[in-house]
Amino acid sequence: MQIFPFIVVAWILAVGLYGIVTSRHLVHLIICLAVVQSSTYVLLLGVGYKAGAAAPFFSDIPRSTPAVDPVVQALALTDVVVEAAVSALLLALAVQAHKRFGTLDPEDLRQLQG
Amino acid sequence: MRTLLPLAVAVPLLVAAGLSAASAAFQRRNRWALDGLAILTAAAVTAMLMALTVGAGSAQVYWFGGFRPAHGVALGIDFVASPLSAGLAAFAGLLVTAAMVFSWRYFERVSTFYHALMLVFLAGMAGFCLTGDVFDLFVFFEVMGVAAYALTAYRTEERGPLQGALNFAITNSVGAYLSLAGIALVYGRTGALNMAQVGRALAGHRPDGLVVVSFVLIVVGLLVKASIVPFHFWTADAEAVAPSPVCVLFSGAMVELGLYGVARVYWSMFGSALGHRGAISSTLLALGAATAVVGALFCFRQRHLKRILAFSTISHAGMFLMGVALLTPLGLAGAAIYVVGHGLVKGALFLCTGIVLHRLRSINETWLHGRGRRLPVTGAVYILAGLGLADLPPFATYLGKGYIEESGYSHGMAWVTAVLIITSILVGGAVLRAGGGVFWGLGDAPSEDPRMAAEASEEHSETEEGRGRTPLSMVLPPLVLVALAVAVGLLPHLGSVVQAAAVRFQDQGAYNATVLSGARVLHAQAPQPPEPTGITIADVATGVGSAAGAAVLALVSLYWRRLPLLRRGLEPGLGLVGPIRRFQSGVVTDYVTWIVLGLAVIGGALALSIR
Repeated sequence: MQIFPFIVVAWILAVGLYGIVTSRHLVHLIICLAVVQSSTYVLLLGVGYKAGAAAPFFSDIPRSTPAVDPVVQALALTDVVVEAAVSALLLALAVQAHKRFGTLDPEDLRQLQG
Repeated sequence: MRTLLPLAVAVPLLVAAGLSAASAAFQRRNRWALDGLAILTAAAVTAMLMALTVGAGSAQVYWFGGFRPAHGVALGIDFVASPLSAGLAAFAGLLVTAAMVFSWRYFERVSTFYHALMLVFLAGMAGFCLTGDVFDLFVFFEVMGVAAYALTAYRTEERGPLQGALNFAITNSVGAYLSLAGIALVYGRTGALNMAQVGRALAGHRPDGLVVVSFVLIVVGLLVKASIVPFHFWTADAEAVAPSPVCVLFSGAMVELGLYGVARVYWSMFGSALGHRGAISSTLLALGAATAVVGALFCFRQRHLKRILAFSTISHAGMFLMGVALLTPLGLAGAAIYVVGHGLVKGALFLCTGIVLHRLRSINETWLHGRGRRLPVTGAVYILAGLGLADLPPFATYLGKGYIEESGYSHGMAWVTAVLIITSILVGGAVLRAGGGVFWGLGDAPSEDPRMAAEASEEHSETEEGRGRTPLSMVLPPLVLVALAVAVGLLPHLGSVVQAAAVRFQDQGAYNATVLSGARVLHAQAPQPPEPTGITIADVATGVGSAAGAAVLALVSLYWRRLPLLRRGLEPGLGLVGPIRRFQSGVVTDYVTWIVLGLAVIGGALALSIR
């Protein structure tokens, strides 16, 4: 495991969180949430990576060939599915919010306070 | 018995899928079939989980696809039913059943999606409790999350629910991704996702920075779900706008599951590896105490019946965390009993609020003052549940709180008792003030909250116009919940049975052996010794004391304007609360900022004390 992927992970996570915290548009905010989640994809793949190893398909290579960890790839795939569900729901809510509030600026959604 | 484990999750998911697919078949005429099917499914799942709780013995482990661990290495995915985990899932099932019975007549026009979402929510909660795999913990976190976000925004044509659902979904998703990052790091270190396997791999090494960081990330994600300060902001927004029967589940089960996750992760993966029990205990205790106090103060200021209950949820989540944070068997047992007692009375309170909304078309304490006299039964149940929330014996709440206090006291932390009593009085006082004013017309109507006018106009459409009488299917569930809260408090030997379950939960070695070697561990041993569970005079006295204090506080806040001394003394002080309330801004970007700040502070505190 090298240090480089982890720097990238920290960077993506920080950028995504900064985007959410300063967002003035719900769609932008939801995309930033997806960016935050992308950091976990990179982290998962980085964790399972082995330098010089093959993809974990053994149909045409000997079973003793070193391969990268297939578990993290399955996890990243599950992660993508979760993200699709959450983003779809959030975007649908954003569409409704635009209809009802007439704005997509989170600071102008002022129904709940105190 | 073992096959019940996957069924408890698979059955509600399959029925939910079937209901959605056949949604066209359910018209208004055969509503009874739709509701009947959903109620039966929820009740059946509850029964299965109850059977697992009682019959689990040491613990039942189910390996999917028969991938049992070979030579102590777990590659498969497992469900584990221990008395505490299956018990919490069964309790969630019970609340879902009560909420579904209530919903039958509460919603006149409802699509099958409501029932399907409730069942998916139940499946997610049961899976979260039962899973023995830490990645699945994240998946079920999001499964119950997505169902909960959609249920919050069930009335998509209105502003409040949309904003509440957006705030809820965004904050909880950020929490979930932080947890996932922690899970990925711990997988990188141990090469395992099975919690027992991770625990075994981590034990015996000095905890380095990576282990501490992954622990902090996982725990912070779960604390967002558990609505612990400073991650609690979404709770008030979501519970103020979600339909009342859904709030029962948010308040009684979902928030508590976040705390269960923290306990599960700590006692199966990190406990023996991290060491430094004192530092972890004090960090979590401080968070719990802050949450209890902040929630109680905000609770008292509200005039919106559901927001009162929502802030009371936050306050109680803090009290439960204090019980868990003591890291003793009696503290955990107290928290478990308190969760059940609180869930039952809080469920009754939310359902009574639903009846008020159904019959009187408002949720504004000021406007409703005295108008609830038309609902004598609902009023009586509300006041009783309010007294239960203030820990009046023999409601189960007094026992749970009493055990947490005893355990804190015997470990030299008498301040835990003080915090618990003060918050109970504030929260109970707020609920009893609302109940006494609305249902009995006591005292003067509280001053109008200008913000309420905007919000109140929307509440009407949550439920359709009630006719002359409240249907029996709406009165019965809160009555049964309150009766159960008393019954649980009167169960003989409850304390010793639950403490034995807590000891088993905290014994990491026994969990490891059960999961990885299939061993039957007869004598579990927690790191801290069990304590006596006899019901002492102190338990009863603090319970009666906080209930009496809450009643007095409620009466004072209803009548204080009639006493010139209090009027002159208190009126100026109330103005100071305004600036504090601005933190609860309703703006989701603020909430995420708090999450990042909280992560930094908790991470910094733990990293400094553990290294």
